[in-house]
Amino acid sequence: MSQRHPVLTMTAISKHFPGVRALDGVDFRLFPGEVHALMGENGAGKSTLIKVLTGVYGTDAGTITLDGTQVSFTGPMQAAAAGVSTVYQEVNLCTNLSVAENIFIGREPRRGGAINWRQMRRQAQEALARLDLHIDVSELLGSYSLAVQQMVAIARAVDVQARVLILDEPTSSLDADEVAQLLRIMRQLRDQGIAILFVTHFLDQVYGIADRITVLRNGRLVGEYLTADLPQLALVEKMIGKELDALEQLDSEAGKDPARVAEGSPLVEADGLGRSGAVAPFSLTIHAGEVVGMAGLLGSGRTEVARLFFGADRADKGQLVVDGKPVAIRNPIAAIDRDIAFCSENRRTEGLIGELSVRENIILAMQAARGWLRPVPRRKQDELVQRWIEALSIRPADPERPVRNLSGGNQQKVLLARWLITEPRLLILDEPTRGIDIGAKTEIQRLVAQLSDGGMAVLFISAELEEVLRLSHKVAVMRDRQLVAQLTNDESLDADRVMRAIASGARQEGLEKA
Amino acid sequence: MTTTPLAVRADRAWWRVPQRHVPVLATFVLLLVMYGVGVAQYRAFSNIQVIFNIFIDNGFLLVVAVGMTFVILTGGIDLSVGSVVAMTAMVSASLLRDGMNPALVLVIALLIGPVLGFAMGCVIHYFDIQPFIVTLAGMFFARGMCTWISSTSIPITDGFWTSAAQERIRLGENFVSVSVLIALAVVAVAAFALAYTRLGRNVYAIGGNPQSALLMGLPVGRTKIAVYTISGLCSAIGGILLSFYTLSGAPLIAIGMELDVIAAVVIGGTLLTGGSGYVFGTVLGVLVLGVIQTLITFDGSLSSWWTKIVIGALLFAFILLQRLVGIRKK
Amino acid sequence: MSTVKARLAPVTGHRLFWPLVMLVVLLVANTVYRPSFLSVELKNGHLYGSLIDIVRLSAPLILVALGMSLVIATGGIDLSVGSVVAVSGAVACLWISEQPDQNSLGGVFTALAIAFGLALVLGVWNGVLVAVIGIQPIIATLILMVAGRGLAQLITSGQIITINSEPYKTIGVGHLLTLPFAIIIALVVAVIVAVLTRRTALGMIIESVGGNAEASRLAGIRSRRITLLVYVVSAACAAIAGFMMTANVSSADGNAAGLWVELDAILAVVIGGTSLAGGRFYLSGTIVGALIIQTLTTSVYAMNIDPQTALLFKAVVVIAVCLIQAPAFRARFRRKRTLAPPPPPAPTAEKQKEQVPA
Repeated sequence: MSQRHPVLTMTAISKHFPGVRALDGVDFRLFPGEVHALMGENGAGKSTLIKVLTGVYGTDAGTITLDGTQVSFTGPMQAAAAGVSTVYQEVNLCTNLSVAENIFIGREPRRGGAINWRQMRRQAQEALARLDLHIDVSELLGSYSLAVQQMVAIARAVDVQARVLILDEPTSSLDADEVAQLLRIMRQLRDQGIAILFVTHFLDQVYGIADRITVLRNGRLVGEYLTADLPQLALVEKMIGKELDALEQLDSEAGKDPARVAEGSPLVEADGLGRSGAVAPFSLTIHAGEVVGMAGLLGSGRTEVARLFFGADRADKGQLVVDGKPVAIRNPIAAIDRDIAFCSENRRTEGLIGELSVRENIILAMQAARGWLRPVPRRKQDELVQRWIEALSIRPADPERPVRNLSGGNQQKVLLARWLITEPRLLILDEPTRGIDIGAKTEIQRLVAQLSDGGMAVLFISAELEEVLRLSHKVAVMRDRQLVAQLTNDESLDADRVMRAIASGARQEGLEKA
Repeated sequence: MTTTPLAVRADRAWWRVPQRHVPVLATFVLLLVMYGVGVAQYRAFSNIQVIFNIFIDNGFLLVVAVGMTFVILTGGIDLSVGSVVAMTAMVSASLLRDGMNPALVLVIALLIGPVLGFAMGCVIHYFDIQPFIVTLAGMFFARGMCTWISSTSIPITDGFWTSAAQERIRLGENFVSVSVLIALAVVAVAAFALAYTRLGRNVYAIGGNPQSALLMGLPVGRTKIAVYTISGLCSAIGGILLSFYTLSGAPLIAIGMELDVIAAVVIGGTLLTGGSGYVFGTVLGVLVLGVIQTLITFDGSLSSWWTKIVIGALLFAFILLQRLVGIRKK
Repeated sequence: MSTVKARLAPVTGHRLFWPLVMLVVLLVANTVYRPSFLSVELKNGHLYGSLIDIVRLSAPLILVALGMSLVIATGGIDLSVGSVVAVSGAVACLWISEQPDQNSLGGVFTALAIAFGLALVLGVWNGVLVAVIGIQPIIATLILMVAGRGLAQLITSGQIITINSEPYKTIGVGHLLTLPFAIIIALVVAVIVAVLTRRTALGMIIESVGGNAEASRLAGIRSRRITLLVYVVSAACAAIAGFMMTANVSSADGNAAGLWVELDAILAVVIGGTSLAGGRFYLSGTIVGALIIQTLTTSVYAMNIDPQTALLFKAVVVIAVCLIQAPAFRARFRRKRTLAPPPPPAPTAEKQKEQVPA
């Protein structure tokens, strides 16, 4: 086993983007006939590594060798031609074409210059049969489920004589049966000698199929392990890490008195709230002045919970109770009317309007609530904006600058300011500190603590356990789209216990009475 | 459902018609109904020559619509077709007036359209400007060239042209014109190209999902440029056919033709967002427009503007149908 | 040298810089060709001159383009404005032509009200198709673009309705306070649209919807209402332009009235610096764009070139302006000039997630 040679070796790969060190001397190797899981949280560098490998990005340093020869692909095309095929999370095929065409387009069998449809269908059938998939290949791809589309994508990738198959989160939108079938096919391909690089957020799948695990964190290699040697808890630890960073400890008295805030009636209560395909029904209460931290790996359903609370997606199960009364939150407007605010993790696509100025972005939600006919008077706008620019020290302190020209941390503060001026009672923060510098991070954490002291309820979602533990009164743990534990943040709670909950999904552990 | 849940096809309509054929079938049914109404109302309508006349009167429209089908299948649009048709006719007429060899005239006239189309395609692809704006500029340009050549109509007296215009090809008791044969040949070539060549399949792929097409290694840029060139070529052929039909080149002819062409393509079941449609559907769409005109002519009391209103209503109905089919697919 | 450049940068970088340069070049060319071009004289208390003519003739285009700006700012497009121009002009003229006294103010106002009301209905139709049913704007408005022409001809029975109504004629060729009435109307509408968008929060909300529809939804904006509204405003502007165009010639021609005006209007908006992708809109830029188009037409006309040939110049202007504004074109040139490496593709990573609706 150890004598085998890796089919693919990446050595000391580094990649910088302005202001970000996306990859820093990362090594990675892939053996034929094995499934190798690439693990890491958001911003760990997984997708950058894949993009460097397939030639979407160039490298700043480091080498890639395929079968012993050094390669440097100019793009996914060239990579595929050399035997490195990628199947992406969103199926990158054409749903308006037939299954057969999706496997063969660009290299259709021809006879006398014309496409030989019969031969193409036959070959497609054979290719899919090898994956144990028996479907009508002349049907449009779009008429099949996402799982089948995913298989077709794999069939296409494998059919071009792939030796390395990269599966980038292929299971994120599949249900349990579909995942099972996909894993079966992966095993089959592995047994045929194909090297599979598998990216997923589901620990079960990793332990169900992967032979080897490489963990990245913050653009650095944490290590390469045989799956058998790495217990789940250890994996989670390695992914999340225990950052001994320069963050100052916040005052803990206010932040950690669960008894104080749990008194009185809850502000918002999710009662069996759920949405099929997104998050299993869950119940969670949030009191005024309480910070509920939400921990869990990426893709565990954290964001989906937040979106249900805010009405960004419509729940199809259960109900939301606000102030003791059940309310239908069908859209964000309904949530805003009940003083719920939501800062999305995708600042650029779901938060800010890049073209508009800092001032306009800040007053947007307030203005939307008032309706366009009652503009916020300019003087009041300037006053509010000025106050929040100062309070959150947004830099540059120029309210008329287009918000897209600000740094990530300052953009995050603008988004925060937008909701804070609406004086919400529940503030939902989805990864508010991701991708921003340490100074801004501390400021935002301090702000959250202040707000909660002032009586605001906060749902604080973060991948960093340290900050969740530091801020929250209660920690809700998500795993595989389920709320698996609610832990009261008293002296006995530490990162280890939360990690164990994330890793094992211990439902019983410290379940809090609601 | 028990062993391989994945092999179970997403629910299929009970009538067993693949969804992608629904729009074309709807058009076909509509065409039959309209023809039936015509035959029931007017005795002369049942004469086969009526159908042939529809082809004779709309041959150039059919050719241009075929070119437009390529463009719309990629998700683009070509507003320049009407003007290019007019420009081709104008150039032919003016060159013939100057006594140039008809064969040479034909070659030159047929080159203008594709060259302009190629240029527009390049601007669209390389500079990433919306097809709408680029082909709008192309439309202005071609129309401007028309009047620059001559502000008045130029008659064509060349022997080759007049014989092509007047030649009647007998089919039993009835006849068609040379233009009809050319138009049908263009349809056949286009249908073959879309179904049996890589270029044709790439057109569909790009219209379906340009991102995916790029990632699958298809020549997206080349294909985009190709469709505008093809559309230009079809417009040029359409221009020649129009000059056969009218035996003149007029600077203001075929104004607003791009709308009829787009309407015919959409009524023929091609999605304006691209990726779905057939040349055969476009033929049906052109025939629907032709039958509407014929019906209105036969009626005598209805005025020509009803054509536009009916076309608008049909457009609405078909776009709504496309939307519904699209929603159900989700 | 570099300081001069630095000092000039805010000027050349201003979004109105290139459009204004274009306008000035056109005016200079005209003046060189015909030195009397710039002269404006006062006759019978009315201002006359080529410049005044240009502004007067561009009034309808300005109106249509103002409405179009708002539609484009939401990321849409309105192809039906030409048809709305024809319909509203036809209805107004038809109503007036059936009055016993075509000069009665009451009759004219009733005609305007009916036509305006119908235009609003057409605007709602477009808005519903786009905002409620969710049809792509270019397709949704194509329906009315085709059918509206027929409707206009239906209203005029295919005839050219000629009227002889002084009050109606005033809209097109009358004068008020030495200025042509049309200019005043365009000015008033421009001010109204500006106030409507910039004194209320409408403008910002439109830009927000056009800039990022999903983020706007999550900020609690009711984007459907806004989308519907802009199509209604666009139709209203087109209706007024329709009155003006028909009043200019005291007749309504369902076939020719407002032909191509949608294309000119879109062009004016784009020249004015508003992106067809939606987002920020610039009413002042739109007005300059409309003036450029009309100046071009007028000067070609003045130089005894066939008005249709003016289209040739228009084609050149369209391509030139669009190329200058196209990021891909600029990038190409910048790369050539400085040989700087292209920016890293990092920010576009998320763009790949945008899926084209198939």
